[in-house]
Amino acid sequence: MADSTWMGAYRRAGPRTRLRAFLVRLRGGDEIAHLITLLFGSTILLITFLLVYELWRNSALSRHKFGWDFLFTRTWDPVFENFGALPFVFGTTVTSAVGLLIAVPLGVGAAIFLAEMAPARISDGLTFLIELLAAVPSVIYGLLGIFVLVPILRTTVMPLLKHALGSLPFFQGPIYGVSLLAAGVVLAIMIIPFIISISREVLLAVPQDQREAALAVGATKWEATWKVVVPYARAGIMGSVFLALARALGETMAVTMVIGNDPKISASLFAPGYSIAAVIANEFTEATSDLYVSALIELGLVLFLLTIILNALARLLILATTRRGTAHA
Amino acid sequence: MNLRMAWRKSVNAVMFSLTALCALVSVSVLLFILGYLVWHGGKSLNWAFFTQLPKPVGETGGGMANAIVGSGKLLLLAALVGVPIGFMAGVYLSEFGGSTMAFLVRYTTDLLNGVPSIVMGIFAYTMVVLPLKHFSALAGGLALGVMMIPIAVRSTEEFLRAVPQTLREGAMALGASKWKAVATVVVPAAARGILTGIILDLARVAGETAPLLFTAFNNRFWSSGWNQPTASLPVMIYTYAVAPYDDWHRQAWAAGLVLLGLVLLANVGARLLLPKKAFAPRG
Repeated sequence: MADSTWMGAYRRAGPRTRLRAFLVRLRGGDEIAHLITLLFGSTILLITFLLVYELWRNSALSRHKFGWDFLFTRTWDPVFENFGALPFVFGTTVTSAVGLLIAVPLGVGAAIFLAEMAPARISDGLTFLIELLAAVPSVIYGLLGIFVLVPILRTTVMPLLKHALGSLPFFQGPIYGVSLLAAGVVLAIMIIPFIISISREVLLAVPQDQREAALAVGATKWEATWKVVVPYARAGIMGSVFLALARALGETMAVTMVIGNDPKISASLFAPGYSIAAVIANEFTEATSDLYVSALIELGLVLFLLTIILNALARLLILATTRRGTAHA
Repeated sequence: MNLRMAWRKSVNAVMFSLTALCALVSVSVLLFILGYLVWHGGKSLNWAFFTQLPKPVGETGGGMANAIVGSGKLLLLAALVGVPIGFMAGVYLSEFGGSTMAFLVRYTTDLLNGVPSIVMGIFAYTMVVLPLKHFSALAGGLALGVMMIPIAVRSTEEFLRAVPQTLREGAMALGASKWKAVATVVVPAAARGILTGIILDLARVAGETAPLLFTAFNNRFWSSGWNQPTASLPVMIYTYAVAPYDDWHRQAWAAGLVLLGLVLLANVGARLLLPKKAFAPRG
């Protein structure tokens, strides 16, 4: 039986026939196409693995020398080679928090308007413009940050804040312009488009009967939106916020240009600070010793892990809501 | 009762006006950016900007011709890395995948998409700059190319999936093998969408600065070949913006206008090129 099959004939055939059979398979070669595309697909796995591996390997020097203390040490002293990440972790956290504080209400508000209130044509047009905003390179935000935002903050906003809320520790101290606050505001402007466009999509995925049911029992449009639609889409909106946060944490140029680049920890938002991404951008080419470079790469590793975790969480949340929405619709 | 109704109605009106205000503020940021750049950049933009090299420090005038060419070189390299891998992996996911491996590739692609650009710079630094011992266009191209992959994969996969199943069945009914159906029917049907995705992808990495700072570095002269430090528009904007010279600031605005113009043009163009009812893949 086995010998009458094609494989049997193939085994018994001479080299010429074998070659022809191979060519036939090659010509009909679904398997080959599959393998080739698979090869390219696995390149992505390889690159990602290499990325993690290189970050891990090249930060070994610093990891061994400082251990977990690296994350909790306040000094950053290239001269005596004492490196601690705390000022940068602090700067990244504070600027991202300020950014979210400004961007979340604005972004979610705008998304509600675009999804629930605006006529479809206006909504699509405005969404297109907002998505263009997401395409603006970060160095352009930085350029405008340095020459427009920082002067405005220095001459108007910060004195006003100091006058009104100066008793709080967040709004004290000398006003330079370049500051944690400036970085936070720039970040807010940069992440608003992401919050808007994802939240809008999540809101649009809420099934229509939810709205109709609320309206039918006498809710005003706002009540239906705020008490029914938004809670329904809550997980997805949270997802958009996480995604925006991941972006804010990793944002480099715009922050580097306005944060003041000073590795200090201070309660005041008026004080200059430093972020993880900014210190890598600024000091990488100046780092002279191996330990210095290694410490900067370990900072990169920290940043990488932070954003990866946030991204995974965000995707889970968005998936959860959009799935639920479309399943009901 | 009436009073309560009036209250609820006014809350309705006030809250919705507030959300409208939010949307308005967000959109006006774009208009402000555009307006400001056109106004400031337009004043300093001239022919020399496109044709001349940067002048030595202290002299005014000069241009960024080398940075424009440098950006082009970097994008070419990036496309050489990112497009083949992204496209083929997208074909794999859409046409041949469906197993654990496909899930793994898709998941890793998402992961790669979330990697901060500065970390991508470190990666290219350790992969290319360390072994070769100097900054080069190759390293910058690799950084940008890897950054292109996730979106190229995603857009290729999504546009291929949007091709109706009947087209595949029709091709196979005529006797085409699967890969032939994919290569001659499915991919051409989605070609426009895929191309759009790649243009958007290129436009995105064209503005990236952080991964170039310590890979392609910068250069105030023409860089000969691919193995030299290479200037690029985004890095030039950064260097000029943080420098203390007024003339450099002026040129940073001009470069900003050129860069933003190119990026927005690509985005609007891609939107126009896209067939109706299709979608724009996002990062």
